Amino acid sequence: MPQLNAVPMSWYLILSAILFTLGVAGFLFRRNIITVFMSIELMLNAVNLSFVAFSHQLRQVDGQIFTFFVMVVAAAEAAVGLAIILTVFKNRQTLSIDEVSSLKN
Amino acid sequence: MTFETLLPYLMAAIFAMAFPLVTGYLVLVERKILADFQARLGPMRVGPHGLLQPIADALKLILKEDTVPKDADKFLFYLAPLLSVVTAFGSFAVIPISATLRIADLNIGLLLISALAAVGVFGIILGGWSSNSNYSLLGALRGAAQLISYEVALGLSLVTVVMLSGTLSMQGIVEAQFNQRIWFLFGNYGLMLLSFFIFLIAAVAEVNRAPFDLPEAESEIVAGYHTEYSGFRWALYMLAEYTNIFIICAVAATVFFGGWLRPFANIEWLAYPMDAIFPAALLFLSAWGCARMKLFPFTALLGISGLVFLIPAVATALSAPFWFFLKVSAVFYVLIWFRASWPRLRYDQLMDLGWKRLIPLALGALLANAIIGML
Amino acid sequence: MDAALFYTFAAITLAGALATVTRRNPVHCALGLIFSLLGVAGLFLLQAAELLFAVQILLYVGGVMVLFLFVIMLIHLEQAARLRQYSRQWPVALAALFAVFLEIYVLAQSGLPGLPPSPQPRLNAGGNTERIADSLFYVYALPFEAASLLLLIAIVGAVWLARKKEQPQ
Repeated sequence: MPQLNAVPMSWYLILSAILFTLGVAGFLFRRNIITVFMSIELMLNAVNLSFVAFSHQLRQVDGQIFTFFVMVVAAAEAAVGLAIILTVFKNRQTLSIDEVSSLKN
Repeated sequence: MTFETLLPYLMAAIFAMAFPLVTGYLVLVERKILADFQARLGPMRVGPHGLLQPIADALKLILKEDTVPKDADKFLFYLAPLLSVVTAFGSFAVIPISATLRIADLNIGLLLISALAAVGVFGIILGGWSSNSNYSLLGALRGAAQLISYEVALGLSLVTVVMLSGTLSMQGIVEAQFNQRIWFLFGNYGLMLLSFFIFLIAAVAEVNRAPFDLPEAESEIVAGYHTEYSGFRWALYMLAEYTNIFIICAVAATVFFGGWLRPFANIEWLAYPMDAIFPAALLFLSAWGCARMKLFPFTALLGISGLVFLIPAVATALSAPFWFFLKVSAVFYVLIWFRASWPRLRYDQLMDLGWKRLIPLALGALLANAIIGML
Repeated sequence: MDAALFYTFAAITLAGALATVTRRNPVHCALGLIFSLLGVAGLFLLQAAELLFAVQILLYVGGVMVLFLFVIMLIHLEQAARLRQYSRQWPVALAALFAVFLEIYVLAQSGLPGLPPSPQPRLNAGGNTERIADSLFYVYALPFEAASLLLLIAIVGAVWLARKKEQPQ
């Protein structure tokens, strides 16, 4: 049985924060819709990591349940989001976020 | 370090080293059985009755030039076969061969096998994409769609097993079959048979075997996702494929046929007949077969091992692995039988069967088993 | 041992995330994300969340990421790699990013308050899968049903979006 809390929780939280920041960076900087979408998945995972870290620290499974729900929502989001991306590509032949702006003009 | 703590490492090493050779002989066995179905002899030239054919094949594959297409994505092209092999071999970790012979007994064993199979898809997708060839890409797309579709049916049929056993651990599932005095194949008053047939069909599709071998359909898309692979990298794909077949047969044997338990494991007086006399009889029969084919060294070997099995102590120790491998071989034979009997499905028929028939049927089986199980 | 494993998985996670955010080719991005997700799965395992480890690989890596790669291959993106990669709003993005980094820095400097271990003796008494199942089907039964409804809506929505348009005669 490995020692509980052998790695302090703050390490996990900092890792989670860095991961989230990378996701934010990808979301804000990239202009390919698919990559932007992947950045969102990165952010969701960073949050999941925090949830599980807290769950482990507080010794309650509720955090893991939340992660479970986040995964379900992410799966639903991926299905609908990718269908939307396919439709956008079919109609405009582009995946650049900057060019999908017909409402603005 | 006691023997018990070393055993898992030892077994992992044996699996990793022996399985490439085992794969070679699985291919030979398959070719021989297929030939038998078609009233041919199969490979006969290399060694007596073609017994050295796998060695010759392996030598050829290792010495063959390893070509990489000019416009291929080099990194992914190298990575993809490795991904396939690593995920296939990972599943060995949770397959129990007897009560003590196992690498690990995880409490998420069955889930881990499904998860590794899911990661194995990337070997096909990335290999097909990185080759930068239309045939490869088509094979990869077909493979991805097929694996995702049939994974659902496969998972749903395994859920019924988990409902019966109450655990995801492979060893726990075997023990549950011992405690409930029944193989799960016949569980729930025979309703589990439905689950088993769904599992079998989905499993064949999951390992890309005929009649579901669309990702590598040679008459339509050359060789599918591994069209551009040659030599050793191609051999890695084959290794992964046959390892996956072995794993899926082992899963079927473990969750539906009682794993390493002998038949009628709860009936005390059948212990000696099932542990010693049946294996010995089978070995003697094989020895006789070898004698008819004039393979006298094998006759001697099989005869002696048959005699050894009659010693009670040896029989108790070896009967679990014997029954396990016998069950795995039986399922493997059925898969080859499928291949010899049915023509390949068309792509739309494949998707129809998966989504419109198997998945609703699997959901129905799940519901029926849940209701019957509660009674 | 735990620390070494933590660093290994953390390195895989971060390297994968970096590749996702920086690579030009969408397939490489997806591969980076796959490795990142696998790293996170390893970290779950390190924190005694075995079920989530398996579900993460099965659902995220084996389901969602295959879908991503499928879409990337369906729409040939040869031209995408050659286009300008970064959005027009990059100054705003840079400012936002700087703010987030500042936040993390302040957080790391001040140190996190040590949380008291809760009275529960062990996290996985009776098995992680069993504990999660108990929670999920008793305490969180209503959210669970809501989640399944959400999935159903998503399925219908995706099928509706991807359906073939009838050609007007």
